[in-house]
Amino acid sequence: MIAHSLPGTLLNTQPNIQAPDDFYQELVDMHRDLSAQQSALVNAKLILLLANHVGDPVILREAMRAARQDIEPDQSDGTRG
Amino acid sequence: MKTYLNPIYSCAAPIELSGPPHHWPVVVAGAGPVGLCAAIDLAQRGIDVIVLDEDNTVSVGSRAICWAKRTLEIFDRLGCGDCIVGKGVEWNVGRVFFRDEQIYQFDLLPEAGHRRPAFINLQQYWVEQILVERCLGLPQTELRWHNKVVGVTPRSDHVAIRVVAPEGEYTILADWLIVADGARSPVRGMLGLESEGQAFRDRFLIADVLMHSDFPTERWFWFDPPFHRHQSALLHRQADNVWRVDFQLGPDADPEEEKKPEKIMPRLRAMLGDNTEFEIEWASVYTFQCRRMRSFRHGRALFVGDAAHLVSPFGARGANSGIQDVDNLIWKLELVMAGQAPESLLDSYATERAFAADENIRHSTRSTDFITPKSEASRAFRDATLLLAKHHAFARRLVNSGRLSLPTTLEASVLSTQDRAGEAFASVVPLGGAAVDAPVEGPRGVWLLSYLDGGFTLLVFDNSVPADAVEVLANDANSCNVVQVGGKSVAGASRVEDSERLVAARYDGKPGTCYLFRPDQHLCARWRSFDLQSLRGAIARATGQAYVEAMEAA
Ligand SMILES: Cc1cc2nc3c(=O)[nH]c(=O)nc-3n(C[C@H](O)[C@H](O)[C@H](O)COP(=O)(O)OP(=O)(O)OC[C@H]3O[C@@H](n4cnc5c(N)ncnc54)[C@H](O)[C@@H]3O)c2cc1C
Repeated sequence: MIAHSLPGTLLNTQPNIQAPDDFYQELVDMHRDLSAQQSALVNAKLILLLANHVGDPVILREAMRAARQDIEPDQSDGTRG
Repeated sequence: MKTYLNPIYSCAAPIELSGPPHHWPVVVAGAGPVGLCAAIDLAQRGIDVIVLDEDNTVSVGSRAICWAKRTLEIFDRLGCGDCIVGKGVEWNVGRVFFRDEQIYQFDLLPEAGHRRPAFINLQQYWVEQILVERCLGLPQTELRWHNKVVGVTPRSDHVAIRVVAPEGEYTILADWLIVADGARSPVRGMLGLESEGQAFRDRFLIADVLMHSDFPTERWFWFDPPFHRHQSALLHRQADNVWRVDFQLGPDADPEEEKKPEKIMPRLRAMLGDNTEFEIEWASVYTFQCRRMRSFRHGRALFVGDAAHLVSPFGARGANSGIQDVDNLIWKLELVMAGQAPESLLDSYATERAFAADENIRHSTRSTDFITPKSEASRAFRDATLLLAKHHAFARRLVNSGRLSLPTTLEASVLSTQDRAGEAFASVVPLGGAAVDAPVEGPRGVWLLSYLDGGFTLLVFDNSVPADAVEVLANDANSCNVVQVGGKSVAGASRVEDSERLVAARYDGKPGTCYLFRPDQHLCARWRSFDLQSLRGAIARATGQAYVEAMEAA
C-alpha cells in the first residue's frame, strides 16, 4: 500500500527526494562492512540526526506513527516492554 | 567510618507510660530528613509535635548526597541553611564520558544574584544531624528515639498510635499523623495502603570512599567505561574528602557478594588508578524503584517523603522532593488546625504533591531507562546519542544521566487565581512556580526570599498598595505581609531597595505590579494593579475556599 499525506497532517509523504535511486543506493551502501549490531547503531544515529533537523514534534510523532503502521506487536517472547 | 561517628540520641521515658494516653496536635512517624523538616516547620509555627523513630541515630551510611537550590532555600526558612551549606561542597561542573573519552561537560553556571547555588553535596547523615540539632533548639519538638510505631487506628477526629519504647508499650493520640517512615513505610502497611509503580532490575553498588586526591569537585558520569565495561559509573565529591562512587552491576549481580570489600576494592582500584590511596567508608547494593501512593492524604494521616513516593536516585529527587512535600503541607496544616481554612485544604496538598511526584517519577524513570536500556533498540538509541554527543550539540541535550532536580511548578493548582484578562507578565516565575531569589537591601537582610518567610506575602512594586489598604489588611483573619520594592515607606509594609535592579528584571516589575506568594513561596496570584477585593479573593482561594465553593456547588 502506498502511504500518502492525509489532509491535516504535516508529514510530507509525497515524493520529495531528488534522485530516489541514488539516495536509496547510498542508504544501503552506508551499511556495507557493518555487522547487524553496527547497522542498528548507524540507523539510530541517522534517525536522531534527521529528527533533530525536522525538530517539529508533531511531524516527528506522525512519522513514528507511520513507521509503526503495518507492524504488529511481536508475540514471540516476553522481552518487550 | 573514619570521617563520621553516628551520634547516639537518647530521650526521657514517654509521659504516656506514667499516665493515660496523652493527646497531641501532631505526631510525626519517622525522623528521616523529611520527618525532621516537618517537625521544625511545625515548631516554628508554634505547634507542639512529637517525632517517633524506631532508631536512635541518623542515617547509617549516606544515601542522599545532592541537595538542590530549592531545598536549600527551604532549609533557610527552617533556620538551618547556613549550617548545611557551610558543611557541604558546592559544585557546578559535570562531565560525561563514553567509553574512554569525555563526550561533553556542562556547567550549572550559577547566575549571580541568588543566595544559594544550584546544588551542594553533603552526606545525608550530616544533614539529618543538623536538622536534629535544630529540633533540639525548638521547645515545641520532642524527639522520641527507639520509639517504634507498631499500630495505627484512624478515627474521625484523631489517630490512635501504638508505640513500643524501651521502657514499655503505650498509646498516643494525635489530631494529625504525619507519616514519614520511609520507603517501606510500616505505617502505610498498617493502614492497608500501597505504593504502586515499577521496580528496576539493575543492581547498583553505592560506595562512599575516603581519599585525598586532586580530582576536582565535579560530577563525573561514565557510560561503558574501560574500567567497568558495558555498565555505567559515577564519581561525585561530598564533604570531608569523601567521594560517592556508583557502579551499575546489571540485574544478575549477587548483592551479598558485591558488598564484600575484596569485591569492591578491585573495582575502585580500576576506576581511581593505582596511585590513588583510598579507603571505603561505607558501601551498599541497591535496586531502584519508581512508585507512589494513589493519595497522600488518608483522613488524618498525611504521607510525606519516601513513604508517599519513591524515585530512583538519578536526578536527586528523593529527599529533595520529600522536603518540598513538607514545605507544601505544613502551612496548610497550620491553617486547618487554627480553624482558618477548611480541612479540604489538605486535599490540595495531596493533589499538588502527587503532581510533583509524577513529574519526579517521569524524570527519574527516563534517566534510569537511558542509563540502563531495557531493549536492543533502546540501547542502540542510547549509544547513538552518546556517539553523536561528542560532535553535535543537539545530542548533548538528549544524554540523560539524571535531570537535576528543580521545584515543580504547580500549573493547574486549584489554589491559584488565574491572571486577569489582558495582563501579561514576562516573569521568570510562572503562576504556581516557586519564588526566585534576588539581592535586595532592607531590614531583614540582603536576599528577597528572606522576606517571604512563612506567611502569605504580597510583593509589590513601588507604592502600588495604598497605606489605608495595608492597614485594613492587617486586620483580616487570613491576611498577608506586604513587601514593597522601592517607593515611599508605608506603615505596616516592609520596604526593600532593589539594589541591583534584579527584582524588577526577574519579576517584570513595574509600578502597580503585585505578586501574591503562598507561605511555601509559590506564586498563587498576580496583578498589574492593586485591588483589595481581588487580593482577598485570591487569599480565600489559596486557603481552600475554592474547594468549599466547588463542593457546595456540586
Ligand atoms: C543510593 C541513594 C542515593 C540517593 N541520593 C539522593 C540525592 O542525592 N538526593 C536526594 O534528594 N535523595 C537521594 N536519595 C533518596 C533519599 O535518601 C530519600 O529520599 C530520603 O532518605 C527520604 O527521606 P524520608 O525522611 O522520607 O525517609 P527515610 O530517610 O527513610 O526515614 C524514615 C525514618 O523512619 C523511621 N521508621 C521506619 N519505620 C518506623 C516505625 N515503624 N516507627 C518509627 N519510625 C520508623 C526510620 O528509622 C527512619 O529514620 C538517595 C537514595 C539512595 C538509596
